[in-house]
Amino acid sequence: MRLILLFLLMLFVTPLSAQTALPPAPYADRQIADPALERKAKALMETIRCLTCQSQSIADSGASMAGDMRSQIRERIMAGEQPEAIRSWLIARYGDWVSYEPTAAPILWPLWAAPVLLLGLGLMLLRGRIKQRKRA
Amino acid sequence: MRRLLIWLPLALFLGFIGLFASGLFKPDDRVIHSRLVGQPLPVFSLPAAASDRPALSSGQLATGKPRLLNIFASWCVPCAAEAPQLEALQKAGAQIDAIAIRDARPDVDAFLKRYGNPYARIGLDARSAVQMALGSSGVPETFVIDGKGRIAHQHIGDIRADDVPMILEKLRAAQ
Repeated sequence: MRLILLFLLMLFVTPLSAQTALPPAPYADRQIADPALERKAKALMETIRCLTCQSQSIADSGASMAGDMRSQIRERIMAGEQPEAIRSWLIARYGDWVSYEPTAAPILWPLWAAPVLLLGLGLMLLRGRIKQRKRA
Repeated sequence: MRRLLIWLPLALFLGFIGLFASGLFKPDDRVIHSRLVGQPLPVFSLPAAASDRPALSSGQLATGKPRLLNIFASWCVPCAAEAPQLEALQKAGAQIDAIAIRDARPDVDAFLKRYGNPYARIGLDARSAVQMALGSSGVPETFVIDGKGRIAHQHIGDIRADDVPMILEKLRAAQ
């Protein structure tokens, strides 16, 4: 009997390693009732990087801070804020780093130019080959 | 021309090897600094996080004298580790306010009872909203706030014993 009681008690033990005792923020894991707004919020959340688990987006992360960020994003979208305004608010605080969405900042110009340059190089090579073939 | 072009792939290959090697041996810096350093504190007003300390709002941090704003939580282990250093800073004359992240009053009370309470005011940020507004990405962090309420410095992670003189120096510099 005692053993069973002890076992039952053990079921109610909360893990010591829990990050926080608080329940998650209201909209951390709850969708917005309006599907159009939820879609907007989800699209933004998928491109915002989690600050504590740095290779995940906040949409994928189970960290409590990511939950708080999701909840804040949903609440602000519900209040009528535009996703891009929220993104720039976050970038103003955490830097470009926090957003997965590539920007047109000068440091990224080589990245944008690379496909055009490579395509051009390929065409040049191709032209050379065709010319060579014709001569042969 | 053709002669030289033959060496191009090898040169590219060696270039990439060099790039990867430098990336491998460079120390990894994953600390996210707040972009608000040098700028005024965001406006906020938080309820009291502890039973024997008043609540905290951003206006109360612009007192004409530099202050420390410690971001902590009762559930955070390094926050307990930095408690003696905060006490040393307070003994050295630093005014310290705090924000408790994702916390509850009984937990904060128990934490302060166990590790000491060097804080003048403690605000409760239950949903990390002010933490995000500050550009802070974890606990513990400590901001040096100048007399006008501007963020002068951000210390990320727990304050170690050998960080104390540096923090005091930042406080003096923020005068």
